[in-house]
Amino acid sequence: MSLRRPAKEQPKNFEFNRESLNAANKIISNYPKGKQQSAVMALLYIAQKQNNNWIPLAAMKYIGKFLDMPYIKVYEVATFYTMYNLAPVGKYFVQVCTTTPCMIRGANKLVEACKEKISENELELTNGKNCSWMEVECLGACVTAPMMQINDDYYEDLDKEKTLKILDKILNDEVPKPGSYRGRLNNEPENNRKTLMDLKNA
Amino acid sequence: MLKDQDRIFKNLYNDLGSDVCSSQKRGDWVNTKDILNKGRDWIIEEIKNSQLRGRGGAGFPTGLKWSFAPKEVGSRPHYLVINGDESEPGTCKDRDILRFEPHKLIEGCLIASYAVQAHVCYIYIRGEYFVDGQKLQAAIDEAYEKKLIGKNAAGSGWDLDIYIHYGAGAYICGEETALLESIEGNKGQPRLKPPFPALVGLYGCPTIINNVETIAVVPTILRRGGKWFASLGREKNTGTKIFCISGNVNNPCNVEEEMNIPLKELIEVHAGGVIGGWDNLQAVIPGGSSMPLIPKEKCESLTMDFDSLTAEKSGLGTAGVVVINKDQDIIKCMARIARFYKHESCGQCTPCREGSGWMWRMLERMAKGEASRDEIDMLGDVTNQIAGHTICAFGEGSSWPVQGLLRHFSNEIKKRNKFDPIVKKTKNIPYLVDQHLLDKNA
Repeated sequence: MSLRRPAKEQPKNFEFNRESLNAANKIISNYPKGKQQSAVMALLYIAQKQNNNWIPLAAMKYIGKFLDMPYIKVYEVATFYTMYNLAPVGKYFVQVCTTTPCMIRGANKLVEACKEKISENELELTNGKNCSWMEVECLGACVTAPMMQINDDYYEDLDKEKTLKILDKILNDEVPKPGSYRGRLNNEPENNRKTLMDLKNA
Repeated sequence: MLKDQDRIFKNLYNDLGSDVCSSQKRGDWVNTKDILNKGRDWIIEEIKNSQLRGRGGAGFPTGLKWSFAPKEVGSRPHYLVINGDESEPGTCKDRDILRFEPHKLIEGCLIASYAVQAHVCYIYIRGEYFVDGQKLQAAIDEAYEKKLIGKNAAGSGWDLDIYIHYGAGAYICGEETALLESIEGNKGQPRLKPPFPALVGLYGCPTIINNVETIAVVPTILRRGGKWFASLGREKNTGTKIFCISGNVNNPCNVEEEMNIPLKELIEVHAGGVIGGWDNLQAVIPGGSSMPLIPKEKCESLTMDFDSLTAEKSGLGTAGVVVINKDQDIIKCMARIARFYKHESCGQCTPCREGSGWMWRMLERMAKGEASRDEIDMLGDVTNQIAGHTICAFGEGSSWPVQGLLRHFSNEIKKRNKFDPIVKKTKNIPYLVDQHLLDKNA
């Protein structure tokens, strides 16, 4: 299990804005009547998006009332799943995969780059409070390892130099282009493709 | 090598585009209505004939699973749930289906829903694949627009609604009952079985759960016939499979190949060989991190299918092949996998919650050469205390890779760890320390 702690400083109030409300109501309609609790995961995402990438306790209480479920059950869900940030992580949240397939292709170099550019420790905000990083478990892009995720996007086929460049960009508040950084087409074998060649050349 | 015309996922690398028109050009959504009109018995029989086995790891026969759904719909509606929570280290096949072949999946959902009499289908996608999920959502919207799903889907008279449900970073939600808990809005802790989900599943209703790849191959099987699918591979291990080859190879890639393909061919032909040459190979994890590794000697003649890997005391799992060469420290690699399982244990069963951390700590020390010799036996003992003593298969998944290491590389561990037995108290070894105190994230 992973250890998760809510932030010490919490805002007093939280409410969905209009956009979030619409999104929340649309999601609730995906589930059968009376099973609105199913939407709790999606609503936590919406709250996280609205609140600059993290979920305060007030939002959990609000969602509990919104879905007519006990606060503790929302708290349970928010603390169980690791993608819900319980403390501020900044506008750009860098997650470096260091599980074995990435590790053996040099994920530690990416971690070094993050330590140099962002902060010495994981989940520590930069001076501008704009960015933080952490090591995460397998992100499911093993054939394009090593890789990292910044907010929703995947950055693949990296090395230390490329990572430093990407981090420079986000520290300047620019969004770098996601995808492979060796220019390969998705998950094809680079320069060694032997299958479906007629489609590639078509 | 598999012939190109026998490949199911023609757009695996996105040469052609994933929108509905390009998909239709590749043969998706052509005469779907006729397939459904042949009736659910014919569909299930054809899938049984194809001997398709689930692609999510366990390899359960799909046709048999569908036949477990109640024949008559009673007071409770049926559900179809698609498992796209792909989180097994070494595996990234479902992601390519979600983003490049979404219409194969959606069409498969329609056919499977019809076969098990479900009107609602939930596709559970891991939260990290948000961008790929959005691509699938766009494809679902297209399908609604073209009336391929929704009311009277594809003109068949069957109504079907498909919704995406995003996970949020919990590996355990790939376990089918944990996945159901997660959709119901709870933390993802697996349920006791029986009752099996086919009778009591989502919201207490009959539910069939299949992997993304399993469902995505169904339309092609029904078009080309179960016999065609069964002619590929070998008896009980039929058809094609997307292999993900990662780790120390020159060209890591995803590739669709025939079942029973030799491992050496997979690595040498498609992945461009091991870095440093075949002789530099140390071990291969054949099916995602939870399958025991296989040392180089056995890799020479190994063929990749469910039964031949089981015979080698490993398994095909999700077919995520992780190649580890001699430049890597094998104990460290396994210690990292143990750390993964320690992080992902849901905490419901004590043997797994405590044991996964225990294994990780021991392996970390073994990698550094700080363990005593008799700890090797103790580690084996711990794995046996976990496997088979938990509610779900996570217990096996976390202890098998360690057992594999002990089976094939115990000499390596012994060579590095030469401390006296603990009884002499020459070294203070923190066995019973709460794992959170050692956790660097704490």
